[in-house]
Amino acid sequence: MRDKFADVIYKIGKKNKKIAVLVADISPAGSISDFKKEFPERFINTGVAEQSMIGIAGGLALKGMRPFCYTIATFALYRPFEMVRVDLCYQNLPVTIIGMGAGLVYSTLGGTHHTMEDIAVATAIPNMTVICPCDPEEMKLATEWCALKSKGPVYMRLGKRGEKTFTKNAIDSFKIGKIRKVTSGKDIAIITYGTLISMSFEVKDKLNDKNIKASIFSCHTIKPLDEIGILKILKEYKKVIIMEEHVPNGGLKDKVLSLAFKNKMKTEIKTFTLKDKFIHFYGSYPELLNVHGLSSNKIVSEILKRK
Amino acid sequence: MISQNNIKLSINRCKKYRKKIFDISQKVFALHLGGAFSSLEMVDYIYNFHIPSSKKTKNDDIFIMSKGHSCIAQYIILGERGVLTSHDIENYCKANGRLGCHPDYGNPGIQASTGSLGHGLALATGISHANKLQGSSSKTFVILSDGELQEGSTWEALMMAANLNLDNLICFLDHNGSQSYGVTKQTHPKFYPISSKIKSFNWECVTVNGHNVEEIDKAYKSRKTKKPFFIIGNTTKGKGVSFMENKPIWHYRSPTPEEYLIGLKEIERGFK
Repeated sequence: MRDKFADVIYKIGKKNKKIAVLVADISPAGSISDFKKEFPERFINTGVAEQSMIGIAGGLALKGMRPFCYTIATFALYRPFEMVRVDLCYQNLPVTIIGMGAGLVYSTLGGTHHTMEDIAVATAIPNMTVICPCDPEEMKLATEWCALKSKGPVYMRLGKRGEKTFTKNAIDSFKIGKIRKVTSGKDIAIITYGTLISMSFEVKDKLNDKNIKASIFSCHTIKPLDEIGILKILKEYKKVIIMEEHVPNGGLKDKVLSLAFKNKMKTEIKTFTLKDKFIHFYGSYPELLNVHGLSSNKIVSEILKRK
Repeated sequence: MISQNNIKLSINRCKKYRKKIFDISQKVFALHLGGAFSSLEMVDYIYNFHIPSSKKTKNDDIFIMSKGHSCIAQYIILGERGVLTSHDIENYCKANGRLGCHPDYGNPGIQASTGSLGHGLALATGISHANKLQGSSSKTFVILSDGELQEGSTWEALMMAANLNLDNLICFLDHNGSQSYGVTKQTHPKFYPISSKIKSFNWECVTVNGHNVEEIDKAYKSRKTKKPFFIIGNTTKGKGVSFMENKPIWHYRSPTPEEYLIGLKEIERGFK
């Protein structure tokens, strides 16, 4: 997703002079270095100074530009949090924060580099839009929307690299603010977002072996949440699964459960999230997810358990 | 050189502004008088010598009151200009007004939201860089507080503004030596002097009496380099009212009716 983002922003930036890219000491992967080379005046590397990255982007946006701030998600959102809140959200400026390598993807780098609470943090701020594309295709469409159409600040959660495309033959088209059906199955619905969609496909396939047909939904826009779309899913399916790479507090799980409660839904909802724990484990990304309880086998066996 | 007549006009304007701010202190509880009075001559200088009031001029210079708690000084001048209405000023910090204790972007004449310290200089850096990208010759003026020099974000912005060669950025420091919880030299005794640190970040830096418009103007025009420009204005917190001067308690307190009458006379008398 990282490389694809660089391609997309380079192409948009070539046509649109309002686009600026700010990074905080992130090595310019792929086309970001082309952007830097061709538009050096619209590329700013603040160095390891994330607060100024956000503040300067705010200043550029006050003059009508549409900046993208790009670094590892923890440092893009948490480190300069108050600049994000005041400079971007309080002033409601069209700046997109790209939180790269979110979730546990930097597994062996340890907890300092794990982004497990960003959805709770970012969705809590008024005016903020929160987008978590599930694959490079969604990321492309989301980035185009951020560059050309957004009216305020956006936090976009991205993976790292090598993600597969899952939405090429998706049933619904991509629209910001609308939950999107990716594959169709009549028995249960899996709602997920971001790179964890890959695991949801494993779950779907394993359930299929047990003759349970699952739909997969990409809830790429967490804020504003498509409440109507989610309620429709809660009405249509007897069992709904939520999978997210986020701590149990304040993520999609809480938002959907709250929605279901408010609307007196009887649907069985099973949720799978990270643990509310800093886990000092230095294995691979899938291994770390597994230690947190997220693996397709564990999820399938939970789903198969009787109520 | 600034004319004697302009100096006189500036002194009279600031006297009028001080009185108006002092009047407001009797109507609302929350007013940062001390910092408003220490920055007043610099705010007057920025607005009345650099940002014309007429909308017809093409000048779109920007002023950011990074020490947002002193924005009453800004409101009064914007009120004088008719950018803010008398209704706005009368309803400052009141339920049916739109002006709060800190400036909000979106209100007439307010070009950035501040209040939390350490934000203004990075915003101004972005604005100044955008002006360059857009081929505009506009300038960006900022006023920082002493407390803001303790924010790491201010130094991040100082570093970046120099890298971006922003000769269109002019930053004033309202160096009154006080902050909410006492005297800055007691908070950070090893930090001073300031000027050498700013210069070491590759800014041009001069120090003036921040209450003397002639000195401010002379310093402004003395600029020798294309570096971003930093003017340290040595000021007095609560300037113009002797019992308020350099007393940290006046960071936030409003005078009693008795204190008001005494202070008003002093403001009318003026200072040298």
